[in-house]
Amino acid sequence: MKLLIKKGRVIDPKNEIDEHLDILIEKGKVLEVRKSIKENGARIIDAEGKIVSPALVDMHTHIREPGREDEETILTGSRSATKGGFGSITVMPNTQPPIDNQGVAEFIYSEARKVDLVNLYPVGAITKGLGGKELSEIGALAKSGVVAISDDGMPVMNSHIMRRVLEYSKMYGIVVISHCEDLELSAKGVMNEGYISTVLGFKGMPNESESIMVSRDIHLARLTGARLHIAHVSTRESINLIREAKEENLNITAETCPHYFTLSDEAVLNFDTNTKVKPPLRTKDDIQAIKEALKDGTIDAISTDHAPHTEAEKDVEYDLAPFGIIGLETALGISYMELVKTGFLSLIGLIRKMSYIPAMILNLHNKGHLSVGADADILIFNPAVNWEVKKDILESKSKNTPFLGWTLPAKPLDLIVGGRVIMKEGKITRNERNY
Amino acid sequence: MAEWNRKDLLGLKELSREEILFILDTAESFREVSTRPIKKVPALRGKTVVNFFFEPSTRTRASFELAAKRLSADIVNISVNSSSMVKGETLKDTARNIEAMKVDIIVMRHSSSGAPHMLAKAVKSSVINAGDGSHEHPTQALLDIFTIREKKGRLEGLNVSIIGDIAHSRVARSNIWGLNKLGANVTVCGPTTLMPQEVEKLGVRVTNKLKEAIEEADVLNILRVQLERQSENLFPSIREYTNEFGIDSEKLKYAKKDILIMHPGPINRGIELTPDVADGPYSVILDQVTNGIAVRMAVLYLVSGRPESDETSD
Repeated sequence: MKLLIKKGRVIDPKNEIDEHLDILIEKGKVLEVRKSIKENGARIIDAEGKIVSPALVDMHTHIREPGREDEETILTGSRSATKGGFGSITVMPNTQPPIDNQGVAEFIYSEARKVDLVNLYPVGAITKGLGGKELSEIGALAKSGVVAISDDGMPVMNSHIMRRVLEYSKMYGIVVISHCEDLELSAKGVMNEGYISTVLGFKGMPNESESIMVSRDIHLARLTGARLHIAHVSTRESINLIREAKEENLNITAETCPHYFTLSDEAVLNFDTNTKVKPPLRTKDDIQAIKEALKDGTIDAISTDHAPHTEAEKDVEYDLAPFGIIGLETALGISYMELVKTGFLSLIGLIRKMSYIPAMILNLHNKGHLSVGADADILIFNPAVNWEVKKDILESKSKNTPFLGWTLPAKPLDLIVGGRVIMKEGKITRNERNY
Repeated sequence: MAEWNRKDLLGLKELSREEILFILDTAESFREVSTRPIKKVPALRGKTVVNFFFEPSTRTRASFELAAKRLSADIVNISVNSSSMVKGETLKDTARNIEAMKVDIIVMRHSSSGAPHMLAKAVKSSVINAGDGSHEHPTQALLDIFTIREKKGRLEGLNVSIIGDIAHSRVARSNIWGLNKLGANVTVCGPTTLMPQEVEKLGVRVTNKLKEAIEEADVLNILRVQLERQSENLFPSIREYTNEFGIDSEKLKYAKKDILIMHPGPINRGIELTPDVADGPYSVILDQVTNGIAVRMAVLYLVSGRPESDETSD
């Protein structure tokens, strides 16, 4: 049986399509994209008045299984991704145990198959135990299907080891995702360093704690010719460095997250621990720089850095709370509101940064576009449908978002993954047949 | 007459000039109580106050305790070592338990900025911030300002220089907010490494030349040096700090003849302040301590929500 999505406004950044078309799906693949497809016997989804785009791809997700299932599991993380319109997400390696060997990577694939909602792709650890000292078996990890390697949250401070990682990764054509933070310079910091940290008396993390390491990694990328991706860019200084590196045609990409172009450090003034995140929320000037960098392409992708923490962990003194914000369910709405409505990105430009580009960076060549033969991972949403961010409707097991109470546009309505409808009109449907 | 409508006193940043003056004027009327043979008024009789201290403190805690007792309140002291915090209970749970015991006012000191604010949101009791991290220490600043006004007769146009570790000082921050609202000119002076980022945006003059800070000052408020800052490489040695920023009678030769020397205590004698200056004719350090009780009586009284009653007769 076939599935036919009719009359939607189809947005496909790879093929530069933005027009009203029908999409025919069979055996989990896109079979045909054109006007007025007639197909007897196909199940029909009426997408009139809605946007039909590739399902979103998140290249920076923390799913806490194995290890911290009280914060997020593969099931709850997958449901959260579904609600957010993501057909594919990653699993950053700081699980317990970390994804530094084939066993853990295979465990994640196997659990994800049981949950059977969205695609989960593990990201391998750069060093054993995320210790920053010994290379993990990157070859074995690549064979077990990791889509990138990273020491996210535990950056490799030793430049020699980082150089070797970059060199070694080239054999496998795998991207190295770097969390750029000089841990000495940011030590004990809980927020951005600036006027607001001065008012609040908090130890700050200067912009330079990020940009110094962005600079180092750019230098090492030049030295090695490896594929470097800079995670969660938050500062103007980092952007300037990345822009220069791109002008030099270095093989570098970069991402930012919705909170970095939406909230400034002023959000910390009410001591809401849901504003505590690394890198920290920066200044309005940095927000402006990030929006400009998204517009001019210096920043390639928007990721969530979805980092679940329980209410018990977060409901403590600001100093003591863990870093992290959940983001899967709010990413599209915030990005639409802050970037498309304000004119920084076109709708196709936004979808490009949230699906096609992350898929390309992760070498997921059948994801993030709607070419004939591509995986039928498709999102249907309506920019005009608003929803309020409330704890009890979030699917994530954790509720640590500073956007609670916000009304967001562009609610994801239907999500199709591998030709299977897993969400219909905003409700997760697990018993649909495959198309 | 000004009014007091706040449940809590968390900082001076959010207070208006009128509210600050109202506290100072209320403190004025309480000052006399401590000079009586029987140092007690019934203003808070039947009210319960908890001193909830997560950091060591001698004078602030004693000052609040005496203030509460002189207002006839019942007061309980909970300090971090004897509390349940070491058993892994969260701040909020402990606070809710205290509230369940029907406490009217919680006086809190904590090493984390914002801890009293979090508490104030969680409980119905009034919360008084007795120092949170490097954020605010409103009652200390109020007693400093009270003492300046007492000695100088005014605040408007006075030059107050705060000397030392500005970056880690809640006393400095609260003083800056309060003094600025009342029309004084604040200068901060200390090693560049102990100046927080963009401190000038707080509305202060910034210098690291001690002579400049002394010359124009009507008041020197000298901060305590936290000796552990040396190990964080914020200054090279105690010796160098004392040479560069310690106040001695030699450096005071540049000062105005009627300068006031203040210190929030406890003093590192011979480090930020030499004994002859601390005990000398310009020093009002012990007046600060005396005034602290009157100011804290005023604050306890105001947050307890009875500003309309006559505080000295009942």
